[in-house]
Amino acid sequence: MSLIAPEIRPSAIARINPVAKLAVALTVSCALLLSIDWVSAAVALLLEGILLAWSGLGLRQFVLRTAPVWIAAPLAALTTVLYGEDSGALLWHFGFVSVTEGSASLGLAIGLRVLAIGLPGVVLLATTDPTDLADGLAQVLRLPARFVLGGLAGLRLVGLLIEDWRSLALARRARGVGDGGGLFGNLKRIASQAFALLVISVRRGSKLATAMEAKGFGSDEPRTWARPSVFGAREFAVVGIGVGIAAAAIIVAMWAGTWHFVLA
Amino acid sequence: MSSSDSGSPSAEGARVSARGWGWRHAGRTTDAVSDLDLEIAPGERVLLLGSSGAGKSTLLHALAGVLGDDEEGEESGELRIDSRHPADSRGRVGLVLQDPDSQVVLARVGDDVAFGCENLAVPREEIWRRVAHALEAVGLDLPQGHPTSTLSGGQKQRLALAGVLAMQPGLVLLDEPTANLDPHGVNEVRDAVVRSIGGSGATLVVVEHRVAVWRDVVDRVIVLSPEGGVLADGPVDEVLSSQGERLASAGVWVPGIPPHYPARNSGTAGPGSLLVATDLSVGRIPFGRKTPVAVATSIDLTLSAGTATAVTGPNGAGKSTLALTMAGLLAPAGGSLVAQERLANGAGGAPHRWRSKQLLSRVGMVFQDPEHQFLAATVRDELMVGPRALHMNPTDAERIVDELLQRLRLDRLAGANPFTLSGGEKRRLSVATALATRPQLLVLDEPTFGQDSRTWRELVALLSESLAEGIALLSATHDELFVDALADTRCVLPATRSTVPAVSPR
Repeated sequence: MSLIAPEIRPSAIARINPVAKLAVALTVSCALLLSIDWVSAAVALLLEGILLAWSGLGLRQFVLRTAPVWIAAPLAALTTVLYGEDSGALLWHFGFVSVTEGSASLGLAIGLRVLAIGLPGVVLLATTDPTDLADGLAQVLRLPARFVLGGLAGLRLVGLLIEDWRSLALARRARGVGDGGGLFGNLKRIASQAFALLVISVRRGSKLATAMEAKGFGSDEPRTWARPSVFGAREFAVVGIGVGIAAAAIIVAMWAGTWHFVLA
Repeated sequence: MSSSDSGSPSAEGARVSARGWGWRHAGRTTDAVSDLDLEIAPGERVLLLGSSGAGKSTLLHALAGVLGDDEEGEESGELRIDSRHPADSRGRVGLVLQDPDSQVVLARVGDDVAFGCENLAVPREEIWRRVAHALEAVGLDLPQGHPTSTLSGGQKQRLALAGVLAMQPGLVLLDEPTANLDPHGVNEVRDAVVRSIGGSGATLVVVEHRVAVWRDVVDRVIVLSPEGGVLADGPVDEVLSSQGERLASAGVWVPGIPPHYPARNSGTAGPGSLLVATDLSVGRIPFGRKTPVAVATSIDLTLSAGTATAVTGPNGAGKSTLALTMAGLLAPAGGSLVAQERLANGAGGAPHRWRSKQLLSRVGMVFQDPEHQFLAATVRDELMVGPRALHMNPTDAERIVDELLQRLRLDRLAGANPFTLSGGEKRRLSVATALATRPQLLVLDEPTFGQDSRTWRELVALLSESLAEGIALLSATHDELFVDALADTRCVLPATRSTVPAVSPR
């Protein structure tokens, strides 16, 4: 398993066309960015939580992959609680730090929001094969094949970068310029090593481009697709669910009176 | 062979003809190829030879239609595939390149083979029929969903060949397809070519400087002249008997004419050992992990001044990892590796703890891919990197560098950018950079990989001189001829695919 060729477990969500998943993530995110209140974020998070059961991710997988979001959300909430705009009754006060009813509820809203936008995003990525996404972007959304497949082929080269970076570091040590010079020396070394990596990548990229061109890629002639990318009833249903979640979050928040349109 | 029922590639072989054809790369004053006249009949199998710089690759890229347009260079004369210009022959020609890593396009085996067919707008059902057939033809017995990133070099080259075959081209071009492979991979790819091209009527043109690999596969040899045009053209044996010596001296590996190299004078083996490995395990730390995973264990090895040691063994046995560990670049994964005082000279017994500069005057390392170790913008500056880092007296440094430039025939390239050198020149430069700081031990990782016989000869001569001067040599290699020519002792690493978690070193 790696960043580039993730191990996708078969699951209901993994079978959905990536374009539909992308649409859901974007719809929910947009809806949640329209207001900052805790009710809309909590509703969205709750409904998403139900859907996650179909993602096919084990608990360990889920925790590992979403760990950054779990760390980011409380931090964002805490920062807002302590330093956010104050309003309402003063709850706690220390030096220039003050916690008020207003900043506490704002912190909760922010924390829940990070979770409600971040978690499904990470899970959708974890259940999506880059090749399927490229197929979807090109066949369903009709993005130019040259652009989509070029990007996909380039993504594969990223995996080789890690190995190249290590070889470059070893080679620099062998050439006598691997250490020394203090902080400035280190910065200089990283910069020069990054440049060397860039040179190597560009050279490899141009070889790959030649290989692709030799296989008939990049002409203006029409091409066929070996893997069908189907956007059918199931995908429309998934997009419908996404719209439903967004609508439910907005309606409940309005009904509860917490909805606060950010642009108003 | 009927194709409708068997599904075998059915394209008719293509005819190639060149009349006074030539090509000059933009910005160059001399032609890469000039005044070329030749005719290749449909279905013929041709081995294309010539000294480096004779324009073999240029011709192959031209035939594949990937040489570029007027901005990339200037074309003269006429080059035709079935009376069409190569640029208009999309899908008629398939090309396999040298570097296995830069030809894989997609993440899964089946998808990668299908890629060419998709670009040619082959209908979907037909694509998958062709994919299955092409994978079978090259003997790649893997599920179509298998990740391409885990393939060996030989498998990647067979995958590239399968992708080409699935396009059912009339002309298959192979540009040094086995130069980056170990002997096992070489045979794997050669056999796949024989098996798959045999079934189709496709014309075949191979560029490769190891004649022995292809002599039984091809029925004609064409030798390009560096001065332009064709030097020799005819059946394999005929061309080899008339041109063999000339080709051999130009760097082609001609069967029956091994390169001459000076005999080792083993008189000066210095006293005492430099580096002693006892029950050593070697391994790398995988990305995102903290402890190394051992790839080779229980290694006992002593490196002494003036002696050459060869590390051999199959792919994945840990040869490169052992070389990097002995060179002080990786920490041992277990056991002990002790630098004797003669080598350590006050720096302590653990090479991997030495500072980069301390390493420089003690151990030199030549990497498998020379490009990874280039740091400077010119060949001369590249050689000066080490002496400068050691704060060597500038006059001495200049003298050492000048001497190396001359000895390795790099003097007229002193101002060139290292990245623009040919493969053989890069290899010579990478060895020279390691020797410039006069290390006591020189470690080389596959120094002769993909080299023509001329570079090979020069390398062996240079290394035996260094040995005579008392340097110790450790080479990880697949090259039996190289082992015969230089090695005093051999350390064979057994095949192990298992990865044993190692005890952390302490």
